[in-house]
Amino acid sequence: MSAVLQTFDLYKSFGGITATDHVDFTLQRGACHALIGPNGAGKTTFVNQLTGVLRPTGGRIALMGEDITKLPRETRVRRGLARTFQINQLFATMTPLEMIALVTSERLGRGARPFHALDRDPELIAETAEILSRFRLDDIMDQRIATLPYGKQRQVEIAAAFAAKPSVLLLDEPAAGVPEAERRELMSTVAALPADVSVLLIEHDMDLVFRFATRITVLVNGRVLAEGTPDEVARNPAVREAYLGEAAHV
Amino acid sequence: MSAPAFETRVRQSLYAGRRWHPAEIAFWLLAGAACLLFPRQSLLLNEIAILALFALSLDLILGFAGIVSLGHAAFLGTGAYAAGLLAKHVTADPLAGLGVGMAAAGLLGLVTSPLVLRGTDLTRLMITLGVALILYELANSFGGLTGGADGLQGIMMGPVLGLFDFDIFGRTAYLYSLSVLFVLFLVARRVTNSPFGLSLRAIRDNPLRASASGVPNGKRLAAAYALAAAYAGAAGALLAQTTQFVSLDVLDFHRSADLTLVLIIGGAGYLYGGLIGAVAFKLLQDAIATFTPQYWMFWIGLFLVLFVLGGREIIHGAIKTVAGRFARLGKGAAR
Repeated sequence: MSAVLQTFDLYKSFGGITATDHVDFTLQRGACHALIGPNGAGKTTFVNQLTGVLRPTGGRIALMGEDITKLPRETRVRRGLARTFQINQLFATMTPLEMIALVTSERLGRGARPFHALDRDPELIAETAEILSRFRLDDIMDQRIATLPYGKQRQVEIAAAFAAKPSVLLLDEPAAGVPEAERRELMSTVAALPADVSVLLIEHDMDLVFRFATRITVLVNGRVLAEGTPDEVARNPAVREAYLGEAAHV
Repeated sequence: MSAPAFETRVRQSLYAGRRWHPAEIAFWLLAGAACLLFPRQSLLLNEIAILALFALSLDLILGFAGIVSLGHAAFLGTGAYAAGLLAKHVTADPLAGLGVGMAAAGLLGLVTSPLVLRGTDLTRLMITLGVALILYELANSFGGLTGGADGLQGIMMGPVLGLFDFDIFGRTAYLYSLSVLFVLFLVARRVTNSPFGLSLRAIRDNPLRASASGVPNGKRLAAAYALAAAYAGAAGALLAQTTQFVSLDVLDFHRSADLTLVLIIGGAGYLYGGLIGAVAFKLLQDAIATFTPQYWMFWIGLFLVLFVLGGREIIHGAIKTVAGRFARLGKGAAR
């Protein structure tokens, strides 16, 4: 096992409020690592720093051993760090086909070519088709994304991140708002991702977390409270007290 | 479905955006035939073609990249003065003037793009407006070069391609402007259907997701802005060459404002909006000006208010129906 994504002493404050409190975090190659914690624990702030949406106040971030702390967002994507968003961020007027073709064309370095024809690019077509089939979007690939049901939009969101062929995929509450019946299907596509893609999963649904995660980090008030295998975390008294405790009382 | 079969479907679907619609072919045939159908209206047709090119330019940034502008006249004026000065002092060849006009405006677009591209829609409106105002005053102050309020006079144009002399009826002018419009339209059509064009739509739809998909938003927008500026410069060059005169009016605010109206009438984001809008706007202006020369602005204003309040859906619906009929006609013929 080797580390693909690491943070060293990562620190972020908004005015007087500390949102990320000196976090040392390691994502191992091939892991499905869940980041859990109560609302306001700083999970999304943490992910936003990893992907470059927010600049950390202090500390470093390394992807494959290289410092990416100050790189712009799109460069991190090109280096292999892709993400989904808690609230869908899609291209509303595009079709799933166009959106996946866009991500693929950027990954293949076609994006700056103004006279290139998409339909005369076998490599782009093959990869776009592969992603659409893998995420079961082939039947709806020509419909406008804005008109798709929410569960399908969520699927497009994950497919678009995966189309960047990342080595690290950050999934920010992928199942949020998805009806119970469709959650399993959604998460099984995530579980079926190739083993060389390391996944960092932020999720509230504990059932999904304990089913899919190989490792869990618990974040409370911006600080790492515990880390370990799902069994270890489930047995940890501090975690039960701070977080899972609520569920135990119900 | 097997993988190769599905790839074929993906290819066909990607091709659909580039395929020529029969209504498009009809549109261009009609535009070409217009100088035979309306031989006395060549001057008006020429104005329409130039306004259409200018509107196409705004559509490239507004409709495809989502950049709003109230100062697009800056590039029209730059192209007009560049082409006019070149014709007066260096060479009377129209195509050289066209190239210089496009290059000058494109360069100005590239240089001003860092100012325009930061910030929100509102700051963009203000900055584009500001840049156009600055250019207007510069052109006014440097009267020795530009002719100031008197305009740049004494432009004599050579024949197009060394073959076609400009005539007083405006026939060569129209065919020249229309040819330039058509060629630049073909380029725009190609560009908007390319990966580059797709990335512009991505930025317009959702800049956050665009950058999370690996798109360098700033660079792409700057490139699109410079391209659109060059298009506006071409419109300006055509204006200078076919009227053989450049006045400060080419940099005036009303040019930019009219252009917005043209795109509102025609609709943005599908390339033909500026063209259709230009035809409608100029014909309307011409018709109203004929029966009430002094108060035509009043009627244009009234029309626009009614149009935006509800007429737009009706007219755009009618255009879609007509286009749909043409599509069926084309398919029928193909069988």
